[in-house]
Amino acid sequence: MAKITYIEFDGTEHPVEVRNGLSVMEGAIKNNVPGIDADCGGACACATCHVYVDEAWREKVGGPSAMEESMLDFAEEVQPNSRLSCQIKVSDALDGLVVRMPESQH
Amino acid sequence: MSDAGPGIEPGIVIVGAGHAGGSAAAFLRQYGWTGPITIVGEEPLAPYQRPPLSKAWLKGEADAESLALRPPSFYEEEKIALRLSTRVEAVDRWNRQVVLAGGERLAYRKLILATGARARKLLLPGADLEGVLELRTAADAETLKKALGPGKRLAVIGGGYIGLEAAASARALGADAIVVERESRLLARVACTALSEFFLSYHRGKGVSFALSAQATHIAGRDGKVAAIHFQNGAPIACDAVLVGIGVIPRDDIARAAGLECHDGVMVDLAARTSDPAVYAIGDCTRRPLPIYGQVGRLESVPNALEQAKQAAADICGREAPQREVPWFWSDQYDIKMQIAGLPIGVEHTVIRGEPRFGRFAVFHLTEDGRVQCVEAVNSPAEFMGGRQLIASRKQVALDRLRDMSTPMKAVAGG
Repeated sequence: MAKITYIEFDGTEHPVEVRNGLSVMEGAIKNNVPGIDADCGGACACATCHVYVDEAWREKVGGPSAMEESMLDFAEEVQPNSRLSCQIKVSDALDGLVVRMPESQH
Repeated sequence: MSDAGPGIEPGIVIVGAGHAGGSAAAFLRQYGWTGPITIVGEEPLAPYQRPPLSKAWLKGEADAESLALRPPSFYEEEKIALRLSTRVEAVDRWNRQVVLAGGERLAYRKLILATGARARKLLLPGADLEGVLELRTAADAETLKKALGPGKRLAVIGGGYIGLEAAASARALGADAIVVERESRLLARVACTALSEFFLSYHRGKGVSFALSAQATHIAGRDGKVAAIHFQNGAPIACDAVLVGIGVIPRDDIARAAGLECHDGVMVDLAARTSDPAVYAIGDCTRRPLPIYGQVGRLESVPNALEQAKQAAADICGREAPQREVPWFWSDQYDIKMQIAGLPIGVEHTVIRGEPRFGRFAVFHLTEDGRVQCVEAVNSPAEFMGGRQLIASRKQVALDRLRDMSTPMKAVAGG
């Protein structure tokens, strides 16, 4: 179990508990957190679950795979801390994680 | 009896508890609809994702919880009523009510039809034998899974995405798989020749057999159970199960019976509105405008279900229409990531970027004047994303530049 805080573009915070083994994307969808679309359901096929990982968590979360990087390259407003949340697996080590959402996923 | 008793304002009724229907309810709440929402679904399950049924779920890599679109608590917290295992018989537009099997009536202020599609039936003698299966629902997938395993042989009729994905999953479970296709190539209705050839050789390498240009005549049984497929020419193929994957038919029956405009699908506009202002239709059951292509068409895909769910929810909530999407699709087979954007309509040029031999390439389809209409990308996410941008921007590209791998896709799409 990890507490993850999702912050919408307008600053609205959504702190939710996410079960280990789910992805950060699934944690948002299953709790109806807006701002993450995840059109492909986690297949790393659409880049509509783009998030910015809080600076304090970047090292623990790690970087994207080559496949993910290619997808991210074409997302809007990409930053060095951009990740596709469907590719981040939740574990106890991520308890307290903070991610921010971009203005739009498209 | 109606759920809208005296003094209770009727809410939104969603017919169909699939990806489209479930998502529409979620978007309505996200967009601020606070009135009642009821989802009526034929299946016993709350809305779930269908794409994994032929992939991860069939291979046992996904459980019911991960399949679910939302957890059970979501519907309680968001006050979305689920009426599952419940069939809708008719829509009474005059009284704004849906009629459930058994006669109960649910009043609606706005109705969203998300009835999906049904698998096209195989019209051959023996198609009703035990072991002749289709793959549309979780229950279908459960039945199929039981028929697979070491020593079993699955025959797939139809070389489309569902059939190929199921064949790949069957191989992963240790079963033999043979794909029977009437056309001379795989994916004949949905993909270009380069892709057909790539998938054919890749699946062969994984031990899948193929019977192409094969006209099946009947399915023979033993003790009421499927035993072999027989053909006009050639030897019969013995098998333990037959999966029929020959396309789907939109479920527009109740819409048609209610007098809504339907032509092989419920006709909708870009706000998912039908010919009745109180009725919307979304997902596989619709025929919709395709703005880039100047046509109407059906899009059988999750991205389309989500786009139309947003359109309907936004229109109902009085919000600005969501951004227009380029149609897109994906398929996973073995370790291949297949992504398609756009539609091959009005295409004059075809450009292959990358190397089909190395399993990493993209096929671009362009108009006469060099605008990308469609991209089919195999293990090439940058080409998929860049192609999608090019389709949306309508920018002209030089064919040589598109073909040239030394120019990064991002530069081709942007510069």
